[in-house]
Amino acid sequence: MQWNSLSEFLAMGGHGFYVWPSFGVTALCMIWEMLALRRRHAAACAALIQPSVHTGVMP
Amino acid sequence: MNINWFRYSSTQAFYPVAGNMIPWCAVAALALIGAGLYLGFFVAPTDFQQKEAYRIIFVHVPAAWMSMFLYVVMALWAGIGLGLNARPSFMMAQAIAPTGAMFTFLALLTGALWGKPTWGTWWVWDARLTSELILLFLYIGVMLLRTSIDDLRRADRASAIFALVGVVNVPIIYFSVRWWNTLHQGASVSATAAPKMAATMLLAMLLMTLGFWAYSFVVVLTRMRCVILERERISSITKTVSGELSMEVS
Repeated sequence: MQWNSLSEFLAMGGHGFYVWPSFGVTALCMIWEMLALRRRHAAACAALIQPSVHTGVMP
Repeated sequence: MNINWFRYSSTQAFYPVAGNMIPWCAVAALALIGAGLYLGFFVAPTDFQQKEAYRIIFVHVPAAWMSMFLYVVMALWAGIGLGLNARPSFMMAQAIAPTGAMFTFLALLTGALWGKPTWGTWWVWDARLTSELILLFLYIGVMLLRTSIDDLRRADRASAIFALVGVVNVPIIYFSVRWWNTLHQGASVSATAAPKMAATMLLAMLLMTLGFWAYSFVVVLTRMRCVILERERISSITKTVSGELSMEVS
């Protein structure tokens, strides 16, 4: 462990500006992808149960 | 009775199996990434040259590896789909592409964020960076080609051929640091030489890679389930419409 305080950890030896966005954006992308897929799955299930609602193809 | 058992057994049986696998993969991803982050931030020592900026490696290298690995897997499924004319294989390729594109984008972004403090520039047109950018365009091309063709079978085949042609780019990315004189550093880990990094650094990187791998399983399987449902709906609509048409004709 090379950190003596939280602020030292966050500063990352002066490179915090580069280190934290790298991890932050990656985490955001992964979380967003999972949430988007959950929504897509729910929409696909709903459309299968009641096709007429979304498509307008059926009478 | 003329039932296509092959088609019935593949996607219909796959759907619940994938559903059972997803939670386990998610737990594995969370545990592996958690352990990797802990090792990477609290155990791995400071790099004597790059100081703390090097810690971007723990997200950059796994993302870059996944971007190439997923492309090869996508191209493999595309090839199997073309060879056997198997719909589920095309669907697997379709399910992999967006996640591969996301990891390619992340590899480029974290690479830029790493390049600025270590090289003094966000971007250079060197072989490694340019070929990785081409990989992103290939992923986008595969996805755009699919959405631009209405006929599902033609869309499957066209994007599969595109994916297969683009696979030549993957070895170019991998060997670019050896073939050309690039600003990008050489391979940190290779099969032929001892790793050029501390054991804890290497372990953290491998844990993160395995975590990203498990994560990819979660999202690709979930997307595959979505694709199965969406195509099921399309085929049921087609059946209904053609059924109505045949009734009108008769």
